Amino acid sequence: MISAFGAGLLFGIGLWLSGMANPGKVLDFLDVAGHWDPSLLLVMGGAVAVTAVAFRPLLKRTPMDLKSSVDKQLVIGAAIFGLGWGIGGYCPGPALTALSTFSAEVLVFVGAMIAGGVLARIASPAGPGA
Amino acid sequence: MNNFTPVSALAGGVLIGVASVWLLAANGRIAGVSGILHGLFAQPPGDRAWRAAFIAGLLVAGVVWQFFLPANQNPMHWGWLALAGLLVGFGTRIGGGCTSGHGVCGLGRFSLRSLVAVVVFMAAGMAATYVIRHVL
Repeated sequence: MISAFGAGLLFGIGLWLSGMANPGKVLDFLDVAGHWDPSLLLVMGGAVAVTAVAFRPLLKRTPMDLKSSVDKQLVIGAAIFGLGWGIGGYCPGPALTALSTFSAEVLVFVGAMIAGGVLARIASPAGPGA
Repeated sequence: MNNFTPVSALAGGVLIGVASVWLLAANGRIAGVSGILHGLFAQPPGDRAWRAAFIAGLLVAGVVWQFFLPANQNPMHWGWLALAGLLVGFGTRIGGGCTSGHGVCGLGRFSLRSLVAVVVFMAAGMAATYVIRHVL
């Protein structure tokens, strides 16, 4: 419990420091035809550099049942997610931590995001979950 | 490229990576924010406590950060954000992950599945942003 809270806190600080919690900056990264801002490549690079080193020994110690297949659901789901990300500039983590701004727009986004997840569960009950 | 912020981007990314490793090491969980959120609303209800704790951490991080620096808001019509939120929620549930689950964690375990997801959602995101900023 406390460790999950701490991990969330650190994750959130990382989102703010990196600029991910600023939807304008995210859209500047996705806007390759405009004033392209490559910063988010470094956010992803910095994060993956850490997980690439540490995840393998951890997963070896305690194996998890993680999916590895590439299927139609994965591609369709990722494409739909990407369209929403490119419209609003929010993916789930930044949207949740940005709730702290008490802005009505973020509240609308998060409410719709939760509803979208519930809709997907109803449409495809055997869906992949996490 | 006058908006390029390499140092804070890299440092923030490292923090996100460390937090993901922390959650895996301490809780045995993958730090995929969409999965953590969707699991809160799953039926039947399962392990909600750690999920709520992680999300509470995200929220407190926002409060603490804005105590020092005001957030940079991007004013956008709520109708667009409602559509965007629906697509993000639906897509991450069907595709089994988002920028953190497939991106940070999936790529970190060298998963081809996650690499495909990352390429697809980045391409779709760039296409949507292109249409919104340069076509409409």
